[in-house]
Amino acid sequence: MPGGEAPKTAPRPARKGSAWKQALGYTPFFIFVAAVGASIYWQWMPGIQAGLNFRQFLAEMLLILPPAFLLIGLVDVWVSRETIEKQVGTGSGIKGILWVTLLAMFQAGPLYVAFPVAYLLWRKGSSLRNVFIYLSSFSAMKFPLLTFEVGFMGLRFSITRLVFTLPVFIGVGVLMDKLMGKNYFLKNGNPALGAGCRDTGLGGER
Amino acid sequence: MAVFSLATLGIILVSAAIDRKRTWAGLREGMTMLLSVLPTFLTVLVLAAVALYIIPPDAIKDHLGQGQGVRGIVIAAGIGSMALMPGFVAFPLAAILIKQGASIYAVSAFITTLMMVGIITLPAEFRYLGVKAAVLRNAISLIAAIIVAVLMGLTYAWR
Repeated sequence: MPGGEAPKTAPRPARKGSAWKQALGYTPFFIFVAAVGASIYWQWMPGIQAGLNFRQFLAEMLLILPPAFLLIGLVDVWVSRETIEKQVGTGSGIKGILWVTLLAMFQAGPLYVAFPVAYLLWRKGSSLRNVFIYLSSFSAMKFPLLTFEVGFMGLRFSITRLVFTLPVFIGVGVLMDKLMGKNYFLKNGNPALGAGCRDTGLGGER
Repeated sequence: MAVFSLATLGIILVSAAIDRKRTWAGLREGMTMLLSVLPTFLTVLVLAAVALYIIPPDAIKDHLGQGQGVRGIVIAAGIGSMALMPGFVAFPLAAILIKQGASIYAVSAFITTLMMVGIITLPAEFRYLGVKAAVLRNAISLIAAIIVAVLMGLTYAWR
């Protein structure tokens, strides 16, 4: 990961030392609750209205957020990333596309975490088209993302979006492959990735 | 929305029937993740609750609403391309926007550009893909994202 930033979409469990930092994160929430309490006491309408807004949002969100995270946790235990990683780069055509998409779906983190993996894929022998399909799928089809999408926007929104985006992604991959040509190569933007690449299990020379 | 909770419950039960230990480990992992994002999540809801009071109800409709067509899509795509936020923030926000009168076109454009285009992360992209490929990828993705958003708006309008 560049600069060692932590992935944001599916944060790892916090370390014990950060319990204080964790508690500090609730400060805005507590200030807000106190402000709404004061507003109710002095009958200040704007404050009460904001409090009512918050209560309505919270009631809806609490129906979705916990189940979404439970699902993400379950998928994490059931899906074997090693199996997918072993298959990536082996098949060509539809099969190759399928495996890079699967790899992308079951990884966590924001887009900049995907670039080092894209570099490794390319070095392992994936076609340029598949590298770009991987990048697109990673940004828009990650499983945690889909969970939140289905929860908050509904299944119909999610399915419609996927049906339209998947062909578009393949198109983006083909187009990038054509535009960049044979002489193009990906760079290793992170020296820490070096020769071994053991941390991702995607090692191997091109 | 209750359907989502029920479906999750069903999946948990099936999973537990197959392997109780593994299921428990997964649920615990999910809860730990939930607890670690809860402060951020509550802060976003607080900001949204305050913002919705300050912003007049018609403002969202006037800028991102059904009648705004192209302008709404352009505004939403601009914000989506530049913003950097995780899914557990973006989707609740999108749901709130729809409730406040934003069109499917605009909200889809926001979501798709948020995912596919990253102006802020361009420097990181340069390091791996090179300047030309990174700029091309973002430009093509921006066009693709807007096409997807328009198609989504059309399917929703059609039914």
